[in-house]
Amino acid sequence: MAEYKWPEADKRSLIGKRISRVDGPAKVTGKAKYAYDIKRPGMLYGKILHAPYAHARVVSIDTSVAEKMPGVQAVKIIQGPGTEIQWAGSEIVAVAAVDEPTAEDAIRAIKVEYERLPHFVNEADLAQVPQDRRKPGNEELAGNPDQAFQDPDSVVVEGTYGNSVITHCCLEAHGQIVEWEGENNVLIHPSTQAVSVIGGQLAQALGIPAGNVHLQMDYIGGGFGSKFSIDRWGTECARISKLAGGKPVKIMLDRKAELMVAGTRPSVYARVKVAAKKDGTITAWQSESWGTAGMGGANPLGQLPYIIRQNLANRRLRHIDVPTNTGPSRAWRAPTHPQTCLITMSALDDLAAALKMDPLDFFLKNLELTGSRANVYREELLKAAEMIEWKKNWHPRGETGRGPVKRGLGLSIHTWQGSPHASNCDITIHPDGSVELKMGTQDLGTGTRTVVNIVAAETFGLPLESVKVFIGDNRYPTSGASGGSTTVGGVSSSTRRAAVDALNQLFEKVAPALSAQPDQLEARGGRVFVSTEPSRGMTWQQACARLGTQPITVTGKQPAPGSPPLASGGVGGVQMADVSVDIETGIVKMNKMVCVQDCGLIIDLKTAESQVYGAMIMGVAYSLFEERIMDNRTGQMLNANMEFYRLGGIGDVGEMQVHFLTGAGHDERGPVGLGEPPTVSPGAAISNAVANAIGVRVPTLPITPERVLAALEKKGGSSAKL
Amino acid sequence: LPPVDSREVIFENGGKLMSSSEDKPGTPNSGVSRRSFLKGTGLVLSVPLVSGVRVVEVAGAQVKVLGPGKIPITLNINGAARTAQIEPRVTLLDTLRNELDLTGAKRVCDRGTCGACTVMVDGKTVYSCSMLAVEAQGKQITTVEGLEQNGQLHPVQQAFVDNDAQQCGFCTPGFVMACTAFLSKYPNPTPEQIARGVGGNTCRCGTYIGMKAAIAQAAQNLRGGRRNG
Repeated sequence: MAEYKWPEADKRSLIGKRISRVDGPAKVTGKAKYAYDIKRPGMLYGKILHAPYAHARVVSIDTSVAEKMPGVQAVKIIQGPGTEIQWAGSEIVAVAAVDEPTAEDAIRAIKVEYERLPHFVNEADLAQVPQDRRKPGNEELAGNPDQAFQDPDSVVVEGTYGNSVITHCCLEAHGQIVEWEGENNVLIHPSTQAVSVIGGQLAQALGIPAGNVHLQMDYIGGGFGSKFSIDRWGTECARISKLAGGKPVKIMLDRKAELMVAGTRPSVYARVKVAAKKDGTITAWQSESWGTAGMGGANPLGQLPYIIRQNLANRRLRHIDVPTNTGPSRAWRAPTHPQTCLITMSALDDLAAALKMDPLDFFLKNLELTGSRANVYREELLKAAEMIEWKKNWHPRGETGRGPVKRGLGLSIHTWQGSPHASNCDITIHPDGSVELKMGTQDLGTGTRTVVNIVAAETFGLPLESVKVFIGDNRYPTSGASGGSTTVGGVSSSTRRAAVDALNQLFEKVAPALSAQPDQLEARGGRVFVSTEPSRGMTWQQACARLGTQPITVTGKQPAPGSPPLASGGVGGVQMADVSVDIETGIVKMNKMVCVQDCGLIIDLKTAESQVYGAMIMGVAYSLFEERIMDNRTGQMLNANMEFYRLGGIGDVGEMQVHFLTGAGHDERGPVGLGEPPTVSPGAAISNAVANAIGVRVPTLPITPERVLAALEKKGGSSAKL
Repeated sequence: LPPVDSREVIFENGGKLMSSSEDKPGTPNSGVSRRSFLKGTGLVLSVPLVSGVRVVEVAGAQVKVLGPGKIPITLNINGAARTAQIEPRVTLLDTLRNELDLTGAKRVCDRGTCGACTVMVDGKTVYSCSMLAVEAQGKQITTVEGLEQNGQLHPVQQAFVDNDAQQCGFCTPGFVMACTAFLSKYPNPTPEQIARGVGGNTCRCGTYIGMKAAIAQAAQNLRGGRRNG
């Protein structure tokens, strides 16, 4: 049994270096084919009729005109008469036609009669939520918060904080192409975060064996947690393909449906009361939170108060789920963390302001409450403060001098697990020296393809291009879905194991020719040689030629989620934001944002940095722009498009810097996932910076100009401090 | 992005109003009428059929009517003539993607907001989701597939790779086209010019930091005359 470990720092030629993603050229030239781009022979275009009402019962459906239209090849009712529709956008009928315009005409020709039922779509103001829409959970009580709040030596702060519902808004909409090969076999080209998983979901829905579904996906245009399931449009696409004689049918959601039904992040609002001793020691937390995840719930109590909950003795929490007739929520990068982080770090920042303490000193003082990661946070806080020049630029809240543009600093801390998922990797070394790697994983743009390429090439001592990487097919060895920041640990680990085992087999074949034992050999720089006597060796090609006609194929297994020794979990991070707020217009401008993050062993520094920049930028978008707006009267989403559901552009993000904690104490942990942790803090860091700038809390994200002006008005007029 | 020079046009197919760029008189099969048509007194049918193409008189001018069925069109794309059979209501974007297998330009917002469908038409960036294929006839169309020369990435493409100005890559072709056109107009851009000039495109993964570095590298290489990286 081989011993698996990562190469020492001085022996790494690829790992940890700044390497361009291997599929970069395919993406910049338009050659990368996404599901949305694939055209199969004889392919039909499918469209879905979505319900226009938030709450209704289907009374009747007349598809007769659509069925007779030239070019229409199949019409299928998805939710028939009698069905109760619980959100606008729910899928009613699917059609397949020879081209898109015909499919659209057919959708328009379908007549559906609905009985409208009462709907409820806006949960932000709890006072407006009717009793039958409140699903309260049990109260959680620890210690004696009331005694702490009544302590005369305490400072107590109360506030309300909230995160609006946002959507995933993947640029490649959800969807797929499905076709039948005979009666019982299906080929699917989906846009999915779970290559090895959703084929089985489809098979189950269709009543065929899982092995009969062949899934292929080379590229995916964004997922962010919203593409783990085959979805109703996936199974219905297969069914309508069958109705059309098995021809390939492509159904991709249009933009409106994508924003209405294909994924949201639940809202969380909270009324918070928090106390500290006059020296700044936090003593108690109380919160009553509420929010919506569509018709389902998303109780965040396990994460409140964020990070400090396990070590804070006195706390009382209650949460009320508010079911709304809106599109269902899906996992969104670091589920519940960004929301609970915003609520916690904003309340603590307000507490620091009431104590007249610099929040940096306040957080440093209370670091013990973060538990075992306190020293990591201390190092990260001090490094981030240096990067943003905190001590030079920070001022007490609201003391920003004259003039309408106010500058402020804010900070936040976050955590995430990111342990490896289970993963299998096949590596084949051919007698001609070429190497193949196969894995049923997916590259979401996170760099997975590049990472496994680096790990394999590093292990064999070969250049990147010597390893041919095949991913995105469910006939390759299974690997986990890309969620929870589990991918990099899982795929690096299974690849390293496969490569080490394959290399050891090669060493056994080569050792006699070098008059050495296999364990005395090393592969580096395109050669196989005796470690203690590098001149005694041969080229990689010569070594592989010793295999004769029999290639080596090895499966490497990262056996179970979280299992060591090649990857681990649990990271911390700190972000600080520097903003300017115009108190006349309410516009917030990002000056600079910094992130200090630990993530174990970095495989590719370039794509790792991109991950963190991307998370921060998405954080700027949800902090300042993104919000699903529902209309009370019609129950419709008013901004299911990209001009009023804004994501922010290249001019909105300001300067950004990323610093990783690496080296001893980090590298030996192996890689820890990075897709989620840095998405958590931006809301709180930016909200705290705005509060520092204008002297008052803007309670709810996104911090729109309207909300800034409303907060200033409440405080006493926007011109009060001019 | 400079706005498309738009004017309302009308097609018999559905009678829908759609935006359009400048029409060149005499273009074969052009279905574009004049803006004044909308302000005029309405439609007067003249000679019922002329060589298979219906013509209506609009404010004193003869205008051909296309559709409602599929018609043959010819597009000049990346220096080559390409033909397709499409309904006149089909956009340039959908023609590129569905008929010609040029899928670099993406359909994302489908209404001229996000820039994922950006191509160049006669040297100007255009949201190809907002231009009809019939209007693009007789013009020089460049898509992201046409930027490479002699198998070498364009300096903008190379800079996107070098600076990791992409993650999932779905917005990338549109950004590459927008940046290429932008840098040809602003070879030495300021951050403010970048914010405005490339602000008509949207990325969801958040690649703007890499993109700023890519624009700086590409600008330098293009100024140095290194057309091919």
